[in-house]
Amino acid sequence: MPHPLAGSSSEEAVGGDSTPSPDLLMARSFGDKDLILPNGGTPAGTSSPASSSSLLNRLQLDDDIDGETRDLFVTVDDPKKHVCTMETYITYRITTKSTRVEFDLPEYSVRRRYQDFDWLRSRLEESQPTHLIPPLPEKFVVKGVVDRFSEEFVETRRKALDKFLKRITDHPVLSFNEHFNVFLTAKDLNAYKKQGIALLARVGESVKHVTGGYKLRSRPLEFAAIGDYLDTFALKLGTIDRIAQRIIKEEIGAEYLVELREYGPVYSTWSALEGELAEPLEGVSACIGNCSTALEELTDDITEELLPVLREYILYSDSMKGVLKKRDQVQAEYEAKLEAVALRKEERPKVPADVEKCQDRMECFNADLKADMERWQSNKRHDFRQLLVGLADKNIQYYEKCLMAWESIIPLLQEKQEAK
Amino acid sequence: MEQAPPDPEKLLQPAPLEPLGGPGAVLVAAVGEEAEGTREDGSGVDTMTGNNFWLKKIEISVSEAEKRTGRNAVNMQETDTAYLCRDTGFSVSVEHADGQSVLTDSLWRRYSEFELLRNYLLVYYPHVVVPPLPEKRAEFVWHKLSADNMDPDFVERRRIGLENFLLRVASHPVLCRDKIFYLFLTQEGNWKETVNETGFQLKADSRLKALNATFRVKNPDKRFTELRHYSDELQSVISHLLRVRARVADRLYGVYKVHGNYGRVFSEWSAIEKEMGDGLQSAGHHMDVYASSIDDILEDEEHYADQLKEYLFYAEALRAVCRKHELMQYDLETAAQDLASKKQQCEELATGTVRTFSLKGMTTKLFGQETPEQREARIKVLEEQINEGEQQLKSKNLEGREFVKNAWADIERFKEQKNRDLKEALISYAVMQISMCKKGIQVWTNAKECFSKM
Repeated sequence: MPHPLAGSSSEEAVGGDSTPSPDLLMARSFGDKDLILPNGGTPAGTSSPASSSSLLNRLQLDDDIDGETRDLFVTVDDPKKHVCTMETYITYRITTKSTRVEFDLPEYSVRRRYQDFDWLRSRLEESQPTHLIPPLPEKFVVKGVVDRFSEEFVETRRKALDKFLKRITDHPVLSFNEHFNVFLTAKDLNAYKKQGIALLARVGESVKHVTGGYKLRSRPLEFAAIGDYLDTFALKLGTIDRIAQRIIKEEIGAEYLVELREYGPVYSTWSALEGELAEPLEGVSACIGNCSTALEELTDDITEELLPVLREYILYSDSMKGVLKKRDQVQAEYEAKLEAVALRKEERPKVPADVEKCQDRMECFNADLKADMERWQSNKRHDFRQLLVGLADKNIQYYEKCLMAWESIIPLLQEKQEAK
Repeated sequence: MEQAPPDPEKLLQPAPLEPLGGPGAVLVAAVGEEAEGTREDGSGVDTMTGNNFWLKKIEISVSEAEKRTGRNAVNMQETDTAYLCRDTGFSVSVEHADGQSVLTDSLWRRYSEFELLRNYLLVYYPHVVVPPLPEKRAEFVWHKLSADNMDPDFVERRRIGLENFLLRVASHPVLCRDKIFYLFLTQEGNWKETVNETGFQLKADSRLKALNATFRVKNPDKRFTELRHYSDELQSVISHLLRVRARVADRLYGVYKVHGNYGRVFSEWSAIEKEMGDGLQSAGHHMDVYASSIDDILEDEEHYADQLKEYLFYAEALRAVCRKHELMQYDLETAAQDLASKKQQCEELATGTVRTFSLKGMTTKLFGQETPEQREARIKVLEEQINEGEQQLKSKNLEGREFVKNAWADIERFKEQKNRDLKEALISYAVMQISMCKKGIQVWTNAKECFSKM
């Protein structure tokens, strides 16, 4: 099914005669392919064109984006390990519930592996070049050799993949992407993937064509500002990530815990020597034990909650930079054409149609990008507020646990004192 | 420093002393209680010694060597020039009631003089667990803290330690009546000479020699063996504790200081954010506060470490008493042995039978029998020696019993003091931890407020 936006914006704006945009290419080839689409018995809205109903849906979604009623719910859960002769991999269950007309059934459940997510993301990037595609978690963990099949790693990845799909689901344009639909519903995704390969080569060419070396005159101020912002943002998040890592895992945090674990038992050893002092010393020992348990919980919580979000946003800023670059290319193309026209026919003031179309394309790109940036900014603000408030809460809870532990031994110490 | 109002009732009492005031509030409080506890039996001891050095208030303040040079140039010449600039003097001022009037003495003491005083006390009061001096060099400190002996914080902590030492001696039921101690507090010049005149060094030297000799006590007192064992264990556990605590402090310091980096990044980040900017900026400020709060926290904890250190050194003092007891027991056993062998000799001479092979037996065989006169004379000498030995043994036995009695009384007193002090130290440690937790909660609550406004 052609993407609604591909139909409404790109296709109409650019037209069919000049350089075919990737969007257009996609849309056309999908149309051809619909007949043989092995959509596993659940062909989700394969034949419906960019109908009024889907447009309506989009409008509704736009209205609902900040409201409570959403019409598409996707969750990733139940990771399973598959051991084959050739390879070992993890698949995740993806459950989709939707009332959208594009989905024939109200509920789908499919299993996908990381590769499939990666495939989805590439398709989205190709078919929606003007949009910011959410990042996937890195293929491998950046630092250290981590067991890819460890429960901890798989769970972290599952969460990241869930987040990835939720980000797409929440997006007013991306959530209607054909590939996304297939990804959520197709029984046999591999068959579908194979059909796309020939197509891919052509798309690659067209992108190359566009990239043809033209140096951009100047980035509009607002996009230059976004670029600068992203550079600084990624830098700061990187620093925060390193600080958090230091606090939690490496060097300091872990070693503090190690020392604390040794510190408590020393009081126990001492208490074995004493008569009257035995109980207070034992109390202090137990107290330090409680504190180190609380500390361990704190670092676990921060590891689970803080780090993935930081990662996601660092990757997000890379995606964003990629989109900015693509936008620059479109602008460059337009400027090159404009210049060529100016050189050829200076006497003719009328600008050729294809240049106009190119300009339209650029403006559409700008509009899409701006909208996505705004959406991203608001998401980011929301996410970080939640994240940092959570961080503060965890720390407060940690200190409250320690406080309780220490306060509880005060009466023990004083009672003995008075009894004496 | 707060001045205690003179209490006429207390002044009239023959109580040993009433030390008050001083910066080490907790320790002073403990000392105060100590004096309270000893007052009951105080009068009895008082009349025994006849010395009534009545210290009302002790104040010690420290100042550095430079300030001292002009004041007491003669003393400075004695010190090794290499240590001249590093030498630290302590001004000891004492307020004490002499009959009706209240006198204030203020004089200079060097660390070595404190050491001399303690060594003297160790020799003259073998049955007393003599309070330890604070460490001369900083030990068991977490690395961020300066280990420099001239570091003001360290000098201040040592000053508190020395003051504590004097208060401990002053509140001790026996030590407080010592003349040399009294002079230490009141007589600046010639004090060292006075100490040396007591000849304690000689006594100490001979004792030391005996201590160094490997001696084996046949019938060790079980209580003292246990006590010695206890002091060994106490020493090892406290030093372990201090080491680990220093490491914990190091790590904790690191954790807090790394949070300071959050402060920096948040405020840098805030520069590029519109809506989130203000929240991040002020949250960053709170992180800075959090990071710097650790300095005070650990500074406070150092006092706890000092309290533990005092008992680490007390363990050594406890062991010294045990050693002295062993020495005494050894003396007693050698005397008993000596007496026994003399008695045997005497018996042999009287009966003419030689039970064991001896040189004397050989000479007898070789050179013929002694004349009866000679034998008589020798028996007489031996009998005299036996008499003497018996007297000696008796007095040694008495001395030993007296020692055990006194030593045990002091050990009991020490145990009580230890339990009370350490419990207080633990309470104050817990209170410190509580205040640290409260600070942490406060800072993070403030930060949370900033975050939630973003």
